[in-house]
Amino acid sequence: MLHSILVAVGGFFGAIARFGISNWFKKHLPVSFPIATLLINLAGAFLLGIIVGKGLSQSWQLLLGTGFMGAFTTFSTFKLENIQLHADKKWSILVSYLVISYTFGILLAFLGMKLGGLQ
Amino acid sequence: MAYIIVGISAIIGALLRYWIGLAVGQWQHPNFPVATLMINLIGSFALAWLTTFVFKRNLIHSHLAAGLGTGLIGAFTTFSTFSVETVNLIHASRWGAAILYVMLSLWGGLAMSYLGFRLGSRIYGKNQSEGGSLK
Repeated sequence: MLHSILVAVGGFFGAIARFGISNWFKKHLPVSFPIATLLINLAGAFLLGIIVGKGLSQSWQLLLGTGFMGAFTTFSTFKLENIQLHADKKWSILVSYLVISYTFGILLAFLGMKLGGLQ
Repeated sequence: MAYIIVGISAIIGALLRYWIGLAVGQWQHPNFPVATLMINLIGSFALAWLTTFVFKRNLIHSHLAAGLGTGLIGAFTTFSTFSVETVNLIHASRWGAAILYVMLSLWGGLAMSYLGFRLGSRIYGKNQSEGGSLK
């Protein structure tokens, strides 16, 4: 029960942070490249890497990792944006979005874990 | 108000992800992240379908749409866990599994999202030609 509450609290704030950041970008930087989701996913991969690397207690992992970072980052929106770019025939944006997300997502998670492990 | 709705819906999404992870953890192959893969593929399909079929036709209030899409499904699926799990597979020198995981997420996610998108817009198009009576 306590574990679920930790995930719920983290998820609540994680999604609100994502919603706020993507709204800010929509308003202030309306470009066709989905920069908000990209930044959110890369930052989240890096930060989750640190959380896992640090080997925090289970409660902190559930609150910050499974809850916050899990809900902050998103896979479904990323894929939907891919398909929308495909439908709009924005091929170069689509390919760079995919390559940057996967390459740097995994790389930043790795760096985060290394960095977290060094402490 | 929209923020509160997104946050509350996200609780459902995050909990579903957590519980599915626990349930699948009982039987899944310990070296392959089946749960996250399933969650991400299902969520990709659901968000694309909802966006093209429900949200674009304004069938529901925009706050509820944000709650369902950005909140519930957005929090259900995850990119950070995917990235960390891939690093874990590489760390364990399970290169085949790592490549398979990335490829299934990449192409499977695109396929599921495309399927939801096509299915949603096809039904949308059909109803439109019938006068959009569902609206």
